[in-house]
Amino acid sequence: MAKNILIKNGRVIDPANKVDRKCDLLILDGKIAEVGKIEPKADLIIDAAGKLVLPGLIDIHVHFREPGDEEEETISSGSAAAVAGGFTSVVCMPNTDPAIDDATSVEYVHRMGRQTRKTHVYVMGAITKDRAGEQLSEMGFMVQAGAVGFTDDGSGVQNPAMMLKALKYASMFKNAVLAQHCQDNSLAGSGVMNSSYNSTVLGLPGIDPLAEEMMLWRDIQLVRKTNMRYHVQHISTARSVELIRQAKKEGLPITCEAAPHHLLLTDDSCCDYDTNYKVNPPLRTDADIKAIKQAIKDGIIDALASDHAPHLKSEKELEFLAAPFGIASLECALGLYIKALIEPKIIDWPQLVSIMAERPAKIISVDKGTLGKGKQADITIIDPDCEYRVDVNKFRSKSKNCPYDGWKLKGKVEYTIVGGEIRYSAQERASAD
Amino acid sequence: MKNKQIIWKHKHLIGLRELSREEIEHILDTAQGFEEISTRSVKKAPTLRGKVVVNLFFEDSTRTRNSFSLAANRLSADVIEFTQKSSSVSKGETLLDTARNLEAMGIDIVVIRHSAGGAPKFLSRNINASVVNAGDGYCEHPTQGLLDVYTIRKMRGSLEGLKIAIVGDIAHSRVARSDIYAMTKLGAEVILVGPPTLMPAKVEQLPVKVSYSLDDVIGELDVINMLRIQFERMGANPFPSIKEYSHYFGLTVERMKKAKKDILVMHPGPINRGLEMESEVADGPNSVILQQVTNGLAVRMAVLFLVNQGAMMKQ
Amino acid sequence: MEVLLSSDKIADCITALAGEIVSKTTRADKIAVIGIRSRGEILAKRLGDILSKKLKTEVPCGTLDITLYRDDINNPQGDSQPVVRSTEIGFDIDEKIIILVDDVLYTGRSIRAAMDALIDLGRPKAIRLAVLVDRTGKELPIAADFAGLKVDLPADKSVQVNFVESDGKDRVIVT
Repeated sequence: MAKNILIKNGRVIDPANKVDRKCDLLILDGKIAEVGKIEPKADLIIDAAGKLVLPGLIDIHVHFREPGDEEEETISSGSAAAVAGGFTSVVCMPNTDPAIDDATSVEYVHRMGRQTRKTHVYVMGAITKDRAGEQLSEMGFMVQAGAVGFTDDGSGVQNPAMMLKALKYASMFKNAVLAQHCQDNSLAGSGVMNSSYNSTVLGLPGIDPLAEEMMLWRDIQLVRKTNMRYHVQHISTARSVELIRQAKKEGLPITCEAAPHHLLLTDDSCCDYDTNYKVNPPLRTDADIKAIKQAIKDGIIDALASDHAPHLKSEKELEFLAAPFGIASLECALGLYIKALIEPKIIDWPQLVSIMAERPAKIISVDKGTLGKGKQADITIIDPDCEYRVDVNKFRSKSKNCPYDGWKLKGKVEYTIVGGEIRYSAQERASAD
Repeated sequence: MKNKQIIWKHKHLIGLRELSREEIEHILDTAQGFEEISTRSVKKAPTLRGKVVVNLFFEDSTRTRNSFSLAANRLSADVIEFTQKSSSVSKGETLLDTARNLEAMGIDIVVIRHSAGGAPKFLSRNINASVVNAGDGYCEHPTQGLLDVYTIRKMRGSLEGLKIAIVGDIAHSRVARSDIYAMTKLGAEVILVGPPTLMPAKVEQLPVKVSYSLDDVIGELDVINMLRIQFERMGANPFPSIKEYSHYFGLTVERMKKAKKDILVMHPGPINRGLEMESEVADGPNSVILQQVTNGLAVRMAVLFLVNQGAMMKQ
Repeated sequence: MEVLLSSDKIADCITALAGEIVSKTTRADKIAVIGIRSRGEILAKRLGDILSKKLKTEVPCGTLDITLYRDDINNPQGDSQPVVRSTEIGFDIDEKIIILVDDVLYTGRSIRAAMDALIDLGRPKAIRLAVLVDRTGKELPIAADFAGLKVDLPADKSVQVNFVESDGKDRVIVT
């Protein structure tokens, strides 16, 4: 099955191995055999002139809704969306129905992912049983089943004593990371958008930024005490960024991620009550965007993660107050990051690759995110200058709740190669559409 | 008969924030023309005959609903009452489906009250009928704002330079917001009064003054509008007790002694007697609360008339 | 543009109208004058003044706004909008002989609207129509009881009445 593939003349960017040059890459038996000047002899030769050859991109925060809400998305459709977006690995969140809070459900997701033969599907299990915040879930068994970390995402763990217990307990599993959706519900209240002038004038209850910052601050104290690896999901405010900066300075084992919408959209977008802009954590202000971008530049942000949250049209076609939170952007995430960070020259390509592959891989402790010899051949080839228009109707995802429909983005995915197999190619898509 | 150049072009009345001073004054002038109908023996005009007005009320409200019903009836329109306790949140029909079903029956104007800010705007984008906002979440209650300024204008001639206080739970009040837009656009100075816990986010960005003390400002006011303390809306205990709230922010006979002799006392109703104001004040000589109700009818007739005109124009 | 009535002729017409109304009305004590906004209002005032002098008593005078009763209210013509103003009739119309006053009688629709409005206000003993100009082109079976000037005009011509109070001078023209 695995043929040998030669990728010729591309710009190979592999920050883990300090590589950024025009050269060739050879895949043999599903592994990276060589990187350098290579004889053009192979079953398949891909001419990557003008293209970027990157370690397979990794999105450590997606929602594939299976089990329970398969109309919105399945592991199959989500995986198809992932490879179309250039992602060779994704990490699924556990807020499915039922929640992924035991080994059986972790195995189920892994199995469905393997069967789909698209992207590598990893899982974060729930920290607490049923994500209810009351009892620890069987983290040990889940780790054995292959879970890469734990989170109650969708919500944060409200009770400080419970979070402390979770951090302590999880510290016995060497490679697990505890991730948090920082949101103190008592401060967030019934909010549906950022608490701001806009929420006042639109007559909607607002989510105070304090709701995120308060839990983050609390968790930092708990991490200091337990020294357990801790990851902050989708940070959205300038003050959160500051807290993380300080915590890292102190040497605490904290990592964090940022989502595309928190790099590109403010709560002004909500002014028309368009539910495609309803997301949690909510869109904030220009100052917050600026702070997050600066933090990315300074290397404080470890990963970019889409928080792909698919919903049906009928679910989003409600009053803003009632519609569910979430933006589905897996397939155009790369283009969005390029628009937010590369085009305005905030970071360069090696830095972008680092936070889209190398560092996310480290957070979930998988041996990926690099193009080293002997590593599994997970590779993403993109045309950095090719412009395309986002068309949600062409999404592989089942759901089209995406505010970027119609946006002109750069950075088209040409090939997504997983384990040495081409799981997505732009040509195959062009002929299929 | 010479017709004025067109000022009113809108098919919907969603809020006062988007209206110009001219447009608001046009509504008030039109309402004046409708006042007279209510004084006749036959309190009707055939203006909206053959038109269907739906009262789509997702929140309990007898007075506003009745006011709109009566207004539509006075204009000879057919009125359908559609009250629903549930919203899209509970497992009922979605707002969109409800509206589409009604539209399939052939309706011209939907008067909607809903607990979600933005619901009327959402509706206006999805159906062909005219939409009149009778109150959406914390966003706006335009006809209340209009009848409030109409009442003041009738009593004082103009709002220019008047000092008007709005007292109470501003954070959760759509009446306060509509009032702020209408009053400031007509040249009044608005002061919001209430405890800090009941002020909305970023209130300092609104064109108003804020005071946490009614006693400090009452002497300079020309108009005072007492908002209803809505226990259902406030969430967990923004103040420790009703007694303490009334002590600091209630309009008592004592406090009235510090006010101007001709201060106008207003309230959108229904009044929690003894809470927002003492009975003697509500029933006293400065109170224009009942006039507000009467004026509300004329204003709503004007609004129904105008949105109908606006809809005709779009065709 | 043709001048149908000059300022002097208008004054004569109004005086003649007043004379005719008095002579043809048996119960002159029940007369009240109501003008249709907006030029009918001006005419009604002038007529009312003359009638008051003739009858040596204050003849009640009021103004009727027919916007709400127009039959074209839901079919806006062109790009102007009807403006609602108030009806101001400060007396009880029950049992009165109402002299309904308008500047021009043309299609008859305004008068139909005015009559509907009056009926909603009360029950007059009689309604008599007095106009300055009665021109051809009726679309409803409505006739003037008193007319200052009767004129035959094709459909493409229109009569315009100007008054000092509203337009700066008194004249009636055809355009």
